[in-house]
Amino acid sequence: MSDVYIVGAGETKFGELWERSLRELAVEAGLRAIENAGVYSRDVQVLYGSNSLAGIINGQENIGALLSDFSGIAENNIPAIRIEASTASGGAAVRQAYLAVKSGEYDLVMVGGVEKMTDVFGTELIDLTSSVLDREWEAFFGATPAALAAISARKYMSDFNVEKDALAMMSVNDHLNASKNPDAQYKNKLTLEQALNSVSVAEPLNMMDCSPVSDGAAAVLVASENYVKKHKLDGVKILSSADAQDYLALHSRKSLYTLESAKVASRKALERAKIKIDDVSFAEIHDSYSIYGLMELEDLGFAQKGMAKELVYEDIKLNGRIPINPSGGLKAKGNPLGATGVGQFVEAYRQLKEKAGERQVKDPRYAMLHNMGGTGSMSVVHIVGGE
Amino acid sequence: MGEVSRFWRESAHRYRLVAHKCGNCERTFFPPRDVCPICHRESVGKMKEVDLSGKGVIESFTVIHEVPSPFVRQRPYILAIIKLDEGPSLTAQIVDADPGEVEMGKRVSAVFRKIAQQGSAGIIQYGYKFVLA
Repeated sequence: MSDVYIVGAGETKFGELWERSLRELAVEAGLRAIENAGVYSRDVQVLYGSNSLAGIINGQENIGALLSDFSGIAENNIPAIRIEASTASGGAAVRQAYLAVKSGEYDLVMVGGVEKMTDVFGTELIDLTSSVLDREWEAFFGATPAALAAISARKYMSDFNVEKDALAMMSVNDHLNASKNPDAQYKNKLTLEQALNSVSVAEPLNMMDCSPVSDGAAAVLVASENYVKKHKLDGVKILSSADAQDYLALHSRKSLYTLESAKVASRKALERAKIKIDDVSFAEIHDSYSIYGLMELEDLGFAQKGMAKELVYEDIKLNGRIPINPSGGLKAKGNPLGATGVGQFVEAYRQLKEKAGERQVKDPRYAMLHNMGGTGSMSVVHIVGGE
Repeated sequence: MGEVSRFWRESAHRYRLVAHKCGNCERTFFPPRDVCPICHRESVGKMKEVDLSGKGVIESFTVIHEVPSPFVRQRPYILAIIKLDEGPSLTAQIVDADPGEVEMGKRVSAVFRKIAQQGSAGIIQYGYKFVLA
């Protein structure tokens, strides 16, 4: 089976982009990836579009057709399909591209992730984003993604004697890294005090524990070994790809603070890549809420359960033992749902090619990318790099 | 959000806390499910309806300030995951209590209440909430 490479990557700026439409954002990211790779869009054999909520936020379904049409490749009858796995749509779409190339069916695949969230705002948007939960048995009773993260946080903090500072440090780290990322939604550095004193969203989580509402798009081109050799491209290898599921509703899981999906997917990804967790040079993790950052550091294998608090003050920094979210993460680079997981690949590609500018991780070899759906119902983990 | 049938369909389970019990392994599941995730095909046709006592313990909770549109008039409200005495856990509001009185590990019992209203002239949805025991 063919090895699989990322041969180009591009993204829009993430943020509240009131003047930009869903399709404009997607096309911009796609064109940047095409330009970056130095290939032609007509050479793409299939397009996987990842998106989470366009149906209810923008009133637009049939996203595959929309992206294919406005990126100009419908003219060439190139197939296009939307991949939806809630907030893990991006990782899931890259995994589909990986499988498609690995199988030998395709040599060049485009993955484009997009979300246009600011077409709806306020309490209405909170209701719509709550549709990634179990609508009938969680959201019906007033649950929101932030509320369930808060429920996990309270139990976690109590059982492992963790202070709010440790959670806030995830956001402080994200903001510091994002201040060096031109594509990030927030460039401001965040102090621990500012994070702790921000307005309450769902106790014990504050505004600065929560990823923002974001518009944005990200795209990568995924190619076979043959394609890379034939066109003399300089790619970054996708060493392994894995995904895993857990119960949809938090109340049905075995633990309120263990992400089984992240545990299973990360173990599989490491095993398939034939590397150990200590070999990972940096990671992009799905910290849509600060508490998830800590839970993920543990469940992905960087710390024992309850001990992530020992990593968040020093180790996760850009120049620390295991840099986490050099891009700025979901809190500060931004979280345009369907684009988030693809954006992690854009960052990994730039880092591994040592073109990440001011936020460059020193001598990176392997990146771990973790994209999560809902409150942990799905995790997709990739190991990128090597050679 | 949604037509009448969507809410009416689940009303028995929401009004009376009706769970499903697997006839193969005797585990109780709430919300009800037609396949036992432990026994898989051995459970098919053996999931029986059972009434829950509505009594349980607060596993964890939050006070929500940033609320979804159907709950604007209830802001802020307390939302908890409650482990029921029969085994399963569920997500529900805790009412008739100050946030300061609510603690993990405290016992609660179910009451029948209005949950939300769909718009100013929309249907009113009912279901369970919990009070401190």
